[in-house]
Amino acid sequence: MAIAFRQETFRDDFTFRNSRDGIRRFPFPFHEDKYMYAVNIEPHVPGQAGTAYEHLIDVDEHYVAEMHDRALVLNEDPLRCQALPHMMSAQWDTLELLMEQQAQGYPEHFTLTRDGDRWRWINRPLGIDQSFVFGDRSTLPCEPMEYITRQAQGDFCIVDQRDGNLWMDAGMVTTQADWSLDFDVGMNFMEWHAPVPLAHEIGVFDRALKFLLNLQLGKPVRRLNWTMTINPRLDTSPENYPKWGPDRASVTPANVGEKVHLRVELQTLWRLPRSNAILFVIRCYLISMGELVTVPKWARRLPRVLRTLPDPIADYKGLTRYRGTTIDWLSRHDDGAPTSAGFFPD
Amino acid sequence: MSINTEMTLRVTAVTQVADNVRRFRLERPDGGPLPIFSGGAHVVVSMVDEGRLRRNPYSLMSPPNDTAAYEISVLRVEKSRGGSVFLHSHVKVGDTLAVSQPVNLFPLDHRGRKHLFFAGGIGITPFMAMMAQLEREGGAFELHYALRTRSHGAYWQELQQRYGTHRVKVYCDAENMSIPTARLLQYQPLGTHLYVCGPAGMIDATLASARNSGWPEQNLHFERFLAPPPGKPFRVVLQRSNVQIAVEEHQSILEAVEAAGVDAPFLCRGGACGQCETAVVRLDGTLEHNDHYLEEAEKASGKKLMICVSRFHGRELVLDL
Repeated sequence: MAIAFRQETFRDDFTFRNSRDGIRRFPFPFHEDKYMYAVNIEPHVPGQAGTAYEHLIDVDEHYVAEMHDRALVLNEDPLRCQALPHMMSAQWDTLELLMEQQAQGYPEHFTLTRDGDRWRWINRPLGIDQSFVFGDRSTLPCEPMEYITRQAQGDFCIVDQRDGNLWMDAGMVTTQADWSLDFDVGMNFMEWHAPVPLAHEIGVFDRALKFLLNLQLGKPVRRLNWTMTINPRLDTSPENYPKWGPDRASVTPANVGEKVHLRVELQTLWRLPRSNAILFVIRCYLISMGELVTVPKWARRLPRVLRTLPDPIADYKGLTRYRGTTIDWLSRHDDGAPTSAGFFPD
Repeated sequence: MSINTEMTLRVTAVTQVADNVRRFRLERPDGGPLPIFSGGAHVVVSMVDEGRLRRNPYSLMSPPNDTAAYEISVLRVEKSRGGSVFLHSHVKVGDTLAVSQPVNLFPLDHRGRKHLFFAGGIGITPFMAMMAQLEREGGAFELHYALRTRSHGAYWQELQQRYGTHRVKVYCDAENMSIPTARLLQYQPLGTHLYVCGPAGMIDATLASARNSGWPEQNLHFERFLAPPPGKPFRVVLQRSNVQIAVEEHQSILEAVEAAGVDAPFLCRGGACGQCETAVVRLDGTLEHNDHYLEEAEKASGKKLMICVSRFHGRELVLDL
């Protein structure tokens, strides 16, 4: 079934909205009425129809608008897309994976035909029809990672594996929750996670690194992460902090429903075949509080989660300033009834 | 939870390529494409040999972008623990084998401006895939291949034909030739990466020579696959599964665990990857650590064991499985 792509913005007048179906398919990240850090990694296998998990690379109604927003970010700051020279085969791996998955999941929108190394890619929503030679970068308008990630939702990091570590050696990062590729590029796994509090001491990153070093071909994994964002802004980067940081002081009891958004990252990790690198996809989903409370189960659960959230986690996620106001607003939609287990709406 | 997704592949050709070496070509029975892999990757082949499940790792030697078939080469090792003799004497065209997804524990360092390969005997196989990949991607490489006699060594002629004698050098023991390791390692351009695969003595000598010449550790790569060494039989208690198993002379703990129907994670089955690390619950005896994965302090602690290659001497061993 063809997706009706929305015309909307993620900046200035913020016309981003979710449709009714878009709300139902939102990857709500709380399976119970409280939240704590956990090793929530699971196999990334196709899920139920009508959810964000239906296809391994998800395309939704925001696709066209998100790709336009990415182009605006890149125009202002080309360093959001970087690849070190030894990552070329990983770039081609990434292009193959994203073209294959999008064409397989959404044949009405994307078509990939191959004759050996002679490929043709048709992207109907963006009006692209490109013939090229796989492996020959001169046959594309730009390098392969940039080419395909200008046509795929989510941020993308390609990490090289060597010396028993992972290295952030390429990426396209324009929809991030306050971290910078330009700062992290070339760092190893422990270095780029250095700012995270507490987790190092309890060995979380040692275990995660060991797990990822043995990530297998054909067995991608996923985990969910979340935070909150004021206004539906995709590009909450350190580079642009002056543009979005002050928004956090703008929340009032009257505007919570429109301004406060739950921001969920569906993170997937894929072993790449030719390069033995790992593709890390960080797909961002936004939903306003007003939209979220139209699902009664989520309306009951979110205020309960926020109320019981440990203060250090709330601080780290930057929620402290508007947490109370948001809980007060949400609580009007919580009748105290019990909620069913699991993420999905009843 | 077993983490390997096995594929059932059909043997479509068996070729005797040298005195004791056979090449097996494996394809999907439906003719469909196999996953592309990276040079240096191996697969684990499962076979039932006289009623016993054997799983052995073999390097993939076919071109990594060729999705029509995988090829492995198997050296027949007499008096071995099985596997190679079984493949040589029982497996024929038309048979099927269970084969894991490719796993790469010996990858190319893509930063290398030049890749220098030292192969000994059957250690040639991962380099065949690496060279095909570099040739396709335009990377610089040079192979130095030591073999016992020209008839024992596989593939040296076709490699010289394909890549030229300037890039493929062959050294025969029988002709009193050996790789001039020290000289080669002293005269390499900056940014060269060294890869060694062959007998343990060759790997150790090559690495020692490189370190002597001042090579940075990050530029040294080797593949040291171990076959699980035999040893005296012993018994192990698997606490979570609540079973006691017997580990025989020519069996690894991992194989005995699998024979008992208990699922344990694994990838390389050669003591290198760390996937089968198992916690020791209780111990009255001595652990025989045969892996290359655990740090010396971890080995000395007696709390962890790599069950794919390591063994035990003593009265009681209880594992968290």
